[in-house]
Amino acid sequence: MKLRRSMLFVPGSNTSMVCNAFVYRADTVMFDLEDSVAISEKDSARLMVYHALQHFTYEDVETAVRVNPLHSIYGLLDLEAVIRAGVDIIRLPKTDTVEDVLDMQEVIEKIEFKIGTNKKTKLLAAIESAQGVVNAVDIARCSDRLMGIALGAEDFVRDLHTQRTKAGSELMAARAQILLAARAAKIHAFDSVFSDVRDKEGFAREAKYIKDLGFDGKSLINPNQISVLHKIFAPSRDDVEWALDVIEATDNAKEKGLGVVSIDGKMVDAPIVARAQWTLELAKASGMLGGDE
Amino acid sequence: MNKIKKSAYAGTLESSDAFVQIEPIEEDEIRVELTSSVEEMYGDDIRELIKSVIKELSISYISVKVQDKGALDYVIKARLQAAILRANEDEKINWDKL
Repeated sequence: MKLRRSMLFVPGSNTSMVCNAFVYRADTVMFDLEDSVAISEKDSARLMVYHALQHFTYEDVETAVRVNPLHSIYGLLDLEAVIRAGVDIIRLPKTDTVEDVLDMQEVIEKIEFKIGTNKKTKLLAAIESAQGVVNAVDIARCSDRLMGIALGAEDFVRDLHTQRTKAGSELMAARAQILLAARAAKIHAFDSVFSDVRDKEGFAREAKYIKDLGFDGKSLINPNQISVLHKIFAPSRDDVEWALDVIEATDNAKEKGLGVVSIDGKMVDAPIVARAQWTLELAKASGMLGGDE
Repeated sequence: MNKIKKSAYAGTLESSDAFVQIEPIEEDEIRVELTSSVEEMYGDDIRELIKSVIKELSISYISVKVQDKGALDYVIKARLQAAILRANEDEKINWDKL
């Protein structure tokens, strides 16, 4: 599974951010053509993102675009532009039902066929309503293009007739449902943005909380949040040593033709090996094993 | 070669961006007026880029004023194309030409 701890929102109308977002090394850069872009700038933001996606600075970066809804006059135009430009992931705004995903998938398939690309654009569904949360299990399973589901908390709390708090109790049910739905469908689960960029402690607390719950990552609105998030997602040195021991022991066992391995008296089975491999991936990405960061 | 239908603009004067204003003129030419923070080093290249973007869209009879604030090539291209699409009130975009 690809590492997707950080998904940085970049307003398509903010030229400086569009041009420079790649330097912050978020796991995914997500250009926004929806809520952060004024109606009068929808056309120019679409063109800006269309060109940015094709620029060499984004060649080695996973890119996503949050497009406008298909029922708006901008949705189809957004898709026509960004799929041609080779975006990796389309983030669906406000996904309430399975049909929302399938409708989007159908349009994307038509565009891909029309332009003759072999690339299969992935989908990320943003769950932003009570209806979406209730349907999350079906949504998560409905398309093999779906790489993840994400909580969009701002709209969700409005729909729930409440507001966001630092404690986050208002999101408890939605987070649990989205996480379980994603895990059952074997796709990624992403937490919502933390809007108060000045509250670094609050952000770190929330990031630790969603990591412990089991989320793969979080949407971010400020580049300063990336390194904090990556540190929180980095495994401990003990975890890394344990993971290295597990991999070494299983490799040795394979060489000797042994089926069962144990470390410190505990049996090592497939889920343990998978967790060890994942820990080492995180360790590499966090610069603990000569990786990227 | 085609004329644009009306005057239009796109972009901002913020750093890394460009502000592009275009208007139709009577003469069959692409008239470019550029002010740029990197004029000395890249002025000629930017003017060439502006002309090539406009020619690609088969447009002439146009005056273009670009205020460049250190924009990358693709930013200038995007702003110019946005202004032209706005000037022509184009709903159908020929993406192959952009």
